[in-house]
Amino acid sequence: MALDPHPDTFSVEFLLNGRATCAENLPPHTTLLDFLRSRGLTGAKEGCAEGECGACTVVMVKDRRAGTAYVPVNSCLLFLPMAAGQEIYTVEALAGNGSLSEVQQAMVDYGGSQCGYCTPGFVMSLFAEQHRPGREGPCDPHSMAGNLCRCTGYRPIRDAARELGPAPEGAFRARLANPAPRLVPVSCPGFSRPGTLAECLALMAGHPEARLIAGGTDLVVEANLRQRRFPYLIGVEALEELRVFRASAEGIEIGAGLSFAEIDERWRAMAAAPPVPRAWDDWVPLFASPLIRNRATLGGNLATASPIGDGAPLLLALDARVRIAGPRGERMTPLDSFFLDYRRTALEPGELLVSILLPAPLPAAARFYKAAKRRMDDISTVAACFAIDLDDGGRVLRARLALGGVARVPLRAVEAEEAILGRRWNQDAVRRARDVLARTLHPIGDHRGSAAYRLALAGSLLEKFWWEQQEELAA
Amino acid sequence: MKIAGQPVPHESAHGHATGEALYTDDLAGRFPRLLHAWPVLAPHAHALVTALDAAPALAEPGVAATLTAADVPGEADSGANRHDEPLFPSEVMYHRQPVAWVLGETLEAAQRGAARVSVEWQPLPAVLTIADAIAAGSFHAGPLHLRRGDAAAAMKASPHRLQGELAIGGQEHFYLETQCAIAWLDESGGVVIESSTQHPSETQEVVGRVLGLPRHQVTVECLRMGGAFGGKEVQANPWAAIAALGAWKTRRPVRVRLPRALDMALTGKRHPFLARFEAGFDGEGRLQGAAIALYSDGGWSLDLSEPVMWRAMFHADNAYFLPAVEVAGTVCRTHKTSQTAFRGFGGPQGMLVIEEILDRVARTLSLAPELVRERNFYREGQTTHYGQPVKDAARIATIWRRLQASSGFRERRQEIARFNAAHPHCKRGIAITPVKFGISFTATFFNQAGALVLIYRDGSVQVNHGGTEMGQGLATKVRQIAAESLGLPLQALRMMPARTDKVPNTSATAASASTDLNGAAVADACRQLRARLAPIAGAMLGCPPEAVRFAGGEAFSEGDLVQRVPFAQVVEAAYRQRVALFAQGYYRTPGIHFDQKTGRGEPFHYFAYGAAVAEVEVDGFTGGHRVLRVDILHDVGESLSPLIDRGQVEGGFIQGLGWLTVEELLWDAEGRVATNSASTYKLPAWSELPEVFEVAFLEQAAEPGVICGSKAVGEPPLMLAIAAREAIREAIAAFGVGGVVALDSPATPERIFWAVERGARRAGFRRGRGAGGGSGPRVTLAEVNGLACERFVGSLGGVFEQSPWVAERAWWRRPFGDVDALHAAMRFQVAAATRAEQLALLRAHPDLGARAAMSATSAGEQAGAGLDRLTPDEFARLQRLNARYREKFTFPFILAVKGSTKHDILVALERRLENGVEEEFQEALLQVYRIARFRLEESVT
Ligand SMILES: Cc1cc2nc3c(=O)[nH]c(=O)nc-3n(C[C@H](O)[C@H](O)[C@H](O)COP(=O)(O)OP(=O)(O)OC[C@H]3O[C@@H](n4cnc5c(N)ncnc54)[C@H](O)[C@@H]3O)c2cc1C
Ligand code: FES
Ligand code: FES
Repeated sequence: MALDPHPDTFSVEFLLNGRATCAENLPPHTTLLDFLRSRGLTGAKEGCAEGECGACTVVMVKDRRAGTAYVPVNSCLLFLPMAAGQEIYTVEALAGNGSLSEVQQAMVDYGGSQCGYCTPGFVMSLFAEQHRPGREGPCDPHSMAGNLCRCTGYRPIRDAARELGPAPEGAFRARLANPAPRLVPVSCPGFSRPGTLAECLALMAGHPEARLIAGGTDLVVEANLRQRRFPYLIGVEALEELRVFRASAEGIEIGAGLSFAEIDERWRAMAAAPPVPRAWDDWVPLFASPLIRNRATLGGNLATASPIGDGAPLLLALDARVRIAGPRGERMTPLDSFFLDYRRTALEPGELLVSILLPAPLPAAARFYKAAKRRMDDISTVAACFAIDLDDGGRVLRARLALGGVARVPLRAVEAEEAILGRRWNQDAVRRARDVLARTLHPIGDHRGSAAYRLALAGSLLEKFWWEQQEELAA
Repeated sequence: MKIAGQPVPHESAHGHATGEALYTDDLAGRFPRLLHAWPVLAPHAHALVTALDAAPALAEPGVAATLTAADVPGEADSGANRHDEPLFPSEVMYHRQPVAWVLGETLEAAQRGAARVSVEWQPLPAVLTIADAIAAGSFHAGPLHLRRGDAAAAMKASPHRLQGELAIGGQEHFYLETQCAIAWLDESGGVVIESSTQHPSETQEVVGRVLGLPRHQVTVECLRMGGAFGGKEVQANPWAAIAALGAWKTRRPVRVRLPRALDMALTGKRHPFLARFEAGFDGEGRLQGAAIALYSDGGWSLDLSEPVMWRAMFHADNAYFLPAVEVAGTVCRTHKTSQTAFRGFGGPQGMLVIEEILDRVARTLSLAPELVRERNFYREGQTTHYGQPVKDAARIATIWRRLQASSGFRERRQEIARFNAAHPHCKRGIAITPVKFGISFTATFFNQAGALVLIYRDGSVQVNHGGTEMGQGLATKVRQIAAESLGLPLQALRMMPARTDKVPNTSATAASASTDLNGAAVADACRQLRARLAPIAGAMLGCPPEAVRFAGGEAFSEGDLVQRVPFAQVVEAAYRQRVALFAQGYYRTPGIHFDQKTGRGEPFHYFAYGAAVAEVEVDGFTGGHRVLRVDILHDVGESLSPLIDRGQVEGGFIQGLGWLTVEELLWDAEGRVATNSASTYKLPAWSELPEVFEVAFLEQAAEPGVICGSKAVGEPPLMLAIAAREAIREAIAAFGVGGVVALDSPATPERIFWAVERGARRAGFRRGRGAGGGSGPRVTLAEVNGLACERFVGSLGGVFEQSPWVAERAWWRRPFGDVDALHAAMRFQVAAATRAEQLALLRAHPDLGARAAMSATSAGEQAGAGLDRLTPDEFARLQRLNARYREKFTFPFILAVKGSTKHDILVALERRLENGVEEEFQEALLQVYRIARFRLEESVT
């Protein structure tokens, strides 16, 4: 397939299936997927161009806590310049001299393909899973939860995964003994990837038209589906300042540029950090898919400020504050004053999110809930995170009722919180809060759910929270 | 060593796993100077194109050409049957219908060019729902009829009766590979199209028609499809036609590929249905009589809607004997995508209706649904409502018994009851449902197939036949059949892609019958070749031809274990003796016929049977559900390819589950597909895979007269998923206290939530909200547009009688440009509401003349019409007519009386009493819309 030539000279280099590859003279919004296919690597398919189907899955070599890893990602959601300096493998690399890799053989033997259009994507996700550093026992089928199959109904693919043991000896396993390539700064027409925060701020100051791009899971969808064109993009992937993960007496600081997969891994690995709260355990598997979690960042999620984004309710309930850097230095803002209006935030021109702070102590009893049409990997109809601390007498000492999908912005239902402060945390209190929610929230109706349903859910999820607490107390 | 019946992997599995298997668009890189096509799309659901100027597109760098009606050498229409699908319409019939195309050196150039084409539109009113279509009399076909006995009399004589409605949502095919075609001119003036099509011969026909070429000038090839499910049976044709037209005009290769969003906006889907039904039954739940009226939303053109409706009507019995029944089917014409074939082809909708009826019967009588189902099963010797004997009817009960035992149905029911007693907010449900599905194209002449088998001198073989591969395993099965027949290992046979220049005049690969048809045709060709080779092998082996056997790539004499001749040597010898090494095969299904006029015949070669048990868990707080376990026992005859068959059963079940639960297809008030992307239209994903998923095949079920004794398996399993829907209903019922559980399809979390709410938590917090009405303070449109939802409902909640939900659901469409738009938005919500909600709305209206029960607003309107000044005669007449009306239609007579006299009212009442029930239901809704209009004019300035 021919791609649009770009007037400016532009060249991006990366390692593709073990070979240095150079892409030139292409517009910066060309996706990696389109590039691969234009080069005859047609194993990766386009099923949706928005990160939902996984037919375009490829792997990138990345450093992870447990070691060097093959990280599967949606190639439809990477602008080509974002691939600069990365090491990428496609399905074409897997089979050597006519013999299938173990993963491919298992898919064949178990009847894991019917029309076969989704198969290369599944193979790549499963390949990454088989090579996951530190993995023990059979492969986890949920590693393929970002891949859709319209034909098989998944059962044979599940069985294929469960049949696979440790990664076989060979070049792919050997590759993981060495670190991943270091991300280097990139600069080409229409795209820059600065190496430091200072450079980034300077670029932003010099390019008022610029948009930041982190994982690209929001921005590239806009380009692919709504033909949005960005005159200048600044990638934040190489900014170490945005990749911190620190625990201190004050709390936890999470870099805005870390992917969700990285945050999860670091949090669990860090002994000094306060234990992972229940709400985070609830939240992670409900957020998109493993493929998206390998790219999507907290910074991108908050800056997008979608009223149905899942990051905000969680963080609002945890009293998060955000660290913002800009031309006039750094500042901190509580998250509950960050969302100004529909998709508008307190970020001023030239500013970016550096990190998110969760003050200690983290509420022990917080829970996160997400109601959506599909149980997993769907956008929320309503998302909620509730954190309630009780005093010794069982009265509400502190209440955080955070909700998404019920207004133009994610919000804390402050009036409902106030209505239960100092009260015994019982069904009566739940009813009071529900009444206030019903009076004060003004959700909209759309294809995800009617306004009435959303309103009902806000109260109903709170009741669910209460019930689950009671059940746990009883158990 | 038998090859047929072995669980071999998919014929292309290796290529699937390595990415080497090619699909149409993967070829794009092989065409130098390829042009990319992009359409100019209509921004209205219904409008006249009053002017179109494509020339500005040519000024855009990289644009090579434009395509408009003037470029068409033949007939500019791709409609399969009725020629009712203009490629360059002057009147657009659905939102985003293409009106012209732009060809560019790159896709972006074509897109930029398309944006520059100038079009002027004159918008026209659009019909967007089945209800609107019925009201407007907008139909493609029907009513079609199937009848047995006197249903009305049978129902009248029944001790129990019920009636109801069911709205059934459509389904997007969401084949992972979207529509695609690449066309170029061949070396001798013909055109070749690589197309992702289930029906290469029809694609060839349409291209020939558009280009004005005889069919021998047009060659269509389909390598394989990345899924199709019926969505590429006829709907691949327009894109192939545009590609071919582009190639014809520019003499360059042209590619048309619809990205997902376009594919979802432009292509047809599974038909949404509306069913109205009445049934009479005895105290044990046995149906005595039933009347079922089916309406399908056919969209803008006829497409396959008529045969789809026939199949729905054929399957309105599912596995049950209906002693007296009347089934009517009407295809509605709406300004939407043209709905089309989708796995099951109407069968699923028909079956869902009878399952709905039986469940209601069971809940009305407080009987276990599985008991009521079983009591109504067909018995050996009975015939269907169209007069076909139900062959092997006893299998239904056999499967039922075995599956109940193997799934532990009874014990699990008790466990579930214990679970439910302990969990007030989370309930489980279990259900078992049967499937009986007729196999054959219902249009008899489609039931034929051809094949061409070529043996080369080295003993390798090419197999051609008319079927296409879309993942269903046809190539795998046919290869097994040919290998078995010629005694060759699988690798010795190469399956060729479907091409119209190898096998002509093929039928669509559809109706689950492709293995039956193409497999038999290939077997016929192989039989001939074997017969020609046997004498030659016999001469080499020194035995009579009858004793020659072919197996394992060798020929040998039966009983002689030592002497063998390699197949290739036999072939070479045959060549030298001038024996033809290729053969054509042909097959037509015997004994099937159907007469549409009388509604009688035997349209099916046989029936495929099966049953499923599903267990689900419903979260009462959200309406979310989880499928915990599924057990299936299915009749595939003698399985020809067990790995393939199991894949079809499991995949079909999950696809059916999607249709009935997560997949909600919505159109907005402008007629746009509101769920037009992978992020808004959700397919079953990993989370829908039940943790326990047991599939078994009925044993000793070989089907005589079908290739290898196997049965078709592509479509029937989809309908096994009805068990999951019924299990959900069972769980919903567990929240309540019994009685019918109304649940439209799909069973989304929201629908389940409200169903639970209705059953168990009737006193929810939403009660008492916004019942205000038109007599309240007047507000301006600007104020209305600024109101928060609650206030909005507060001021407009009474516009539709005692139904504030209408305002509530319309609120999100703010801002409204004028009162018309506001009215349209509210009206849309009513039209989109469930049948039960619509009925409740009608019933909320005060009875004519009985003022006591009236709201303030209605009292005002009726006083002005002089109804309080009736003479005693008039009064008596009104009361009499009114009573009859209520009895017939079960809702009060509604007339937008403003400006009518009492005489007008009496006349209207009398006239409308003549209406059919459905007709009057729609009439009443229209009156309600009109009343709402008066009220809006009074409340909003
Ligand atoms: C298939 C799919 C599923 C999804 N599912 C979910 C889901 O379940 N829940 C959910 O909430 N979201 C979901 N999303 C949305 C998206 O993944 C998230 O919002 C994600 O967190 C965005 O992060 P990103 O790094 O990819 O953002 P990007 O696309 O890179 O950027 C998004 C926006 O944030 C800005 N930005 C990025 N980094 C910064 C920074 N450091 N400072 C200031 N501005 C910044 C960018 O300029 C851009 O405007 C889904 C998306 C896809 C494609
Ligand atoms: S194409 Fe569907 S996820 Fe990339
Ligand atoms: S095999 Fe067809 S989509 Fe997975």
